Amino acid sequence: MTYNYFPGCSLKGLGRAYEESLLPVMRHLGVELAELDDWNCCGATAYMSVDERMACVLAARNLALAEKAGPQDLVTPCSACYLVLNKTKHYIRDSPDMSAAVGRGLGAVGLKYSGNTAVRHPLDVLVHDVGLDVIKEKVVRPLKGLKVAPYYGCQVVRPYATFDDAWNPTTMDRLLKTLGAEVVHYPLKTKCCGASLTGTVPEAGLRLTYILLKEAVRRGADVIATICPLCQFNLDAYHDLVERRWGPARIPTVYFTQLMGLAFGMPAKQLGLGRCFVPMKPLPEVPAPA
Amino acid sequence: MEITRTVKYEAERVRGFGKEIMAVPGCDRLQSCIQCGTCSGTCPLSVYMEHSPRQIMALVRADFKDEVLRSNSIWLCASCYSCTVECPREIRITDIMYALKQRAIEEGTYPKRFPIPVLAREFAAMVRRKGRITETLLVMRLFMKANWRAVLGSWRQGLGLMRTGRFVLTQEHIERRAELATMLAAAANGAGKEKDAP
Repeated sequence: MTYNYFPGCSLKGLGRAYEESLLPVMRHLGVELAELDDWNCCGATAYMSVDERMACVLAARNLALAEKAGPQDLVTPCSACYLVLNKTKHYIRDSPDMSAAVGRGLGAVGLKYSGNTAVRHPLDVLVHDVGLDVIKEKVVRPLKGLKVAPYYGCQVVRPYATFDDAWNPTTMDRLLKTLGAEVVHYPLKTKCCGASLTGTVPEAGLRLTYILLKEAVRRGADVIATICPLCQFNLDAYHDLVERRWGPARIPTVYFTQLMGLAFGMPAKQLGLGRCFVPMKPLPEVPAPA
Repeated sequence: MEITRTVKYEAERVRGFGKEIMAVPGCDRLQSCIQCGTCSGTCPLSVYMEHSPRQIMALVRADFKDEVLRSNSIWLCASCYSCTVECPREIRITDIMYALKQRAIEEGTYPKRFPIPVLAREFAAMVRRKGRITETLLVMRLFMKANWRAVLGSWRQGLGLMRTGRFVLTQEHIERRAELATMLAAAANGAGKEKDAP
């Protein structure tokens, strides 16, 4: 199986551990992710606030590059990229004005986009294309006894996702169970992490982060699993500020792909697990068969 | 006790503002808002807002332009889309918030030095120049523009990023930057012509 791959800026920066774990895990399952040539920033939520039309043109360049690279689906692991690329597809389809602007922009550089490329999240691909049975076969180090809080955040499940429920998604829950982990009941799984407000308006943003961390601790989780680089950063890198203000809420946050890698027997270091502010404890030794 | 005025006067309305916002793609269903308040109830940030999302919807529809564009509410929206998914009238509230943010930036009517619009502008500028975002460099630019003292408060985080190898100092960029510029200019030029047309 081969897919076009749009990493997004975060996976080359703050979220590099996501790519470091995603690529080997996918390869291990026989999925090849071919990075788009010369992709550009999707624009994220920030560009949409400045100029929606230009934001769409910007994102459309990536869709056009994907189409040029072949008919495969486009896989993007970052929630913001996933949302913006899907939103752009909708806008091009629904708004003649937007579609004209995109056509003009792409046309000027010899690109075109016909609207067909499917934009998908790795979670969707793993559960629906690869399949949990195949994943199960690759598990050599089951995550027995590891209690995981599955945290989806907002923009993968809302409002454009078609592969899971907007309020109670379960794809990652099922995936984690397949790895042998114990999935704790975590009703905040789709609540906002605070996004960039953690940096710009900390009194509001960090409180959202705190609530997520505290609830995961209260539920007895050992680790939070996330599918988004910004969620990972917010839940991992602000412990100092959060705990100084509201009290202890220490718990590591890792990408779901890192947990997959561990279950596949890959070394923690190669999966970027050394990049967490709050490190995850090593998995307990497997007792030798008697 | 502080006495504040909550009455809105006819004279404060800017006729046509609501219609203009509803003309933005995705915002047309605002007219059917029934003021049920589900948006405010699901919004994780409404408690911090000067006007709740429900109030913003009412103010936009009633043309209270200045009140809306000066409010911190539109900037506190983190685009989590809870309200949009939950709205019984299928109003794309998050998209309306985006339309309002754009208007506020266009007209310069946002709180000066308030970091969120500054972040949005700096973000867009970096994308236009380089084609990609390097987060650590963007945050440093933001600090310099909005609040340089914040750098001092964030030193632990900076150290943490260096320790974990996530502090990137070389700017990421695409190869065909000229292509990006040509594309954006072409898209924008056409829009200008349409606007000027009688």
